[in-house]
Amino acid sequence: MLETESSENTNSDVTAIRGQDIVASVDDIRKTYYMGALSVEVLHGISLDFYQGDYISIMGPSGCGKSTLMNILGCLDQPTEGKYFLGDQDTSKMEDDELSSIRGARLGFIFQSYNLIQQLNVLENIEMPLFYQGYSEGDSHEIAMGLAARVGLDDRVDHKPFELSGGQQQRVAIARALAVDPIIILADEPTGNLDSKSGAEILNLFDELHDQGKTLIMVTHSDEMAERSQRLVCLRDGLVESDDRRNA
Amino acid sequence: MTGATLNSPKIGSRLNRSPSLVTGFNFIRFKKITEVGIKSIYSHGLRSLLTVLGIVIGVAAVIAMLAVSEGASYEAQQQFRDLGASNILVKSVKPAEVEESSRSGFGPPQAIVYGLTTADITTIRNSIPGVSNVIASRIVKKNVWNGGLNMNTDVVGTSVDYPVSRNYNLRAGRFFSESEMRDHGNVVVLGDEVAQALFPIDNPLGKTIRIDSDYYNIVGIMESEGFSNLGQNQAGSSNSAPSRVFIPFTSSKSRFGETTTRQTAGGVESETVELHEAIIQVEGQDGVIEVGEIIDQILQRRHKDIDYAIEVPLALLRQAEESALRDQIVAGAIAGISLLVGGIGIMNIMLASVTERTREIGIRRALGAKRKDIIMQFLIEAVILSGVGGLIGVVLGIVIPFIISAFWGMTTIVTPLAPILAFSISALIGVIFGIYPSIRAADMDPVEALRHE
Repeated sequence: MLETESSENTNSDVTAIRGQDIVASVDDIRKTYYMGALSVEVLHGISLDFYQGDYISIMGPSGCGKSTLMNILGCLDQPTEGKYFLGDQDTSKMEDDELSSIRGARLGFIFQSYNLIQQLNVLENIEMPLFYQGYSEGDSHEIAMGLAARVGLDDRVDHKPFELSGGQQQRVAIARALAVDPIIILADEPTGNLDSKSGAEILNLFDELHDQGKTLIMVTHSDEMAERSQRLVCLRDGLVESDDRRNA
Repeated sequence: MTGATLNSPKIGSRLNRSPSLVTGFNFIRFKKITEVGIKSIYSHGLRSLLTVLGIVIGVAAVIAMLAVSEGASYEAQQQFRDLGASNILVKSVKPAEVEESSRSGFGPPQAIVYGLTTADITTIRNSIPGVSNVIASRIVKKNVWNGGLNMNTDVVGTSVDYPVSRNYNLRAGRFFSESEMRDHGNVVVLGDEVAQALFPIDNPLGKTIRIDSDYYNIVGIMESEGFSNLGQNQAGSSNSAPSRVFIPFTSSKSRFGETTTRQTAGGVESETVELHEAIIQVEGQDGVIEVGEIIDQILQRRHKDIDYAIEVPLALLRQAEESALRDQIVAGAIAGISLLVGGIGIMNIMLASVTERTREIGIRRALGAKRKDIIMQFLIEAVILSGVGGLIGVVLGIVIPFIISAFWGMTTIVTPLAPILAFSISALIGVIFGIYPSIRAADMDPVEALRHE
């Protein structure tokens, strides 16, 4: 895998470390859902390593287990069998509170439907993960302002989500995902609700994040989006069908 | 293995700050959660207001009822204090039957003879061991004159012990003396109201007033009586202001005689009453109620008609206390019921709120909120709801007794304890009825919650 290292990266430190540091890995994870007497195994043993600075697209037909895998990667759900290491921590046996902590401290979420809290304004939405991490008001304000500027919404910080366009809302969600400086940013069809222009803006932002060495995992249906990522994982029927690296 | 060491220059600086991971109570956190709660409540203004109505009514009703009951008990105690704990009051009352027979009779009207006699008093004084003193009084309604100013008052002919027996003090001067009593002296002590009405500017002490054709020297002025309701009743004119002047018993008897004549619509009515009231002082409070019963027995034997009334202040106080306790139990029951209803209302609305905000709960959980953060958020919201309800209730509960006092003239007293207690209970209701919805919110599966529409 080392030979597929991205050449576009201008940050030499990132290049040096990429390919060496595994930030997360799933090891033969299985997920079974129980519905009364019925049990359905959705993931049949998936093993993947995620490297620092990876920009990964996960694709696959519906029902292939993408969402389940994303939920496990996001520590929102736990595998029935197998291990999931996030950083150096095995999350597969963690208690609910520990999972909450690790979600808040090490993961950033970007959803298809933005999932901003409607009662809060842009700044408060960006500050929310910091609040649960116990940042002081001054610090979180400063960080949130910086991130709002970063996604080009520093003139909209007082606006409520419903006053923004879809693209703007998704940019708020990205700023929110970056707030705690997570190890991995998980994006679930981030452009699925957007027109092509707004979608392109979001993808440009993802490219920037990738250039800065962020690790991005994205579920998508669009080949165009998958093109822009650096590694494509295809799932089929709860198994990894293909895992290809490519040069952008 | 962690890759968090790599940051863009723009956003990297913040990792140098160590986030203070909070385990215990944190005021900033609390404040933030409270702000979010207030926003959420505010965004459903009408719904929130209707929700807290139960609490508002409950708290207001309790405070108002306790204020009324406290006022009633205060009035009873005031009467009790006026008459004295160890006193019994016996009054002459015109019997109903006598009144009728005199009306149906022919010829010139006969004077109606009724009421207490000196012989009654002597018997009571001599035959009941617990009785230490008896102060008998005659009360005659007269016009009292100071030059051109006059006032219709009760002229009370009494003995020198009267002020002591009633805990009734002099504001100025002195009460009349034994020798003035013996000499049928023309001396008078004015009630405060009379003194102010007849002598609006100058000091009445040393001056004279005229009753009928006699002049009396003013030797003293009594203190204002305040709420002495029983004091009003004893003069037989409950609707008049308690304006009285006091002269020696002997003077009253010799100046006015025992028969009073009154012009009425039907002609002339005259009545003969030897004594109008007697205050019987008993040694110690323990025997007061018993002595009252014995006096009743003695008077029943000596009088053909029921032409007297006995008031035992201690018994009245006991009654007042019992009724105050009953009021408080009723108030407590009403409070309990309405707070329960209010609490159920809050639980109901919180459950609705939890369902509505399932998505928000999912988002918060995804972004790092622990179960206890979610519990805290909804619990604080429930407490804010019930607390605001409690606060509105406290304000209403203080205003309502004020209105009752202003419009119906009842004494009401809002003790500081009642609002504090009612408010605390309402906040507690928020906690109790907020727990279940909060736990339900926290128990949601984050994945399910995020998928919720």
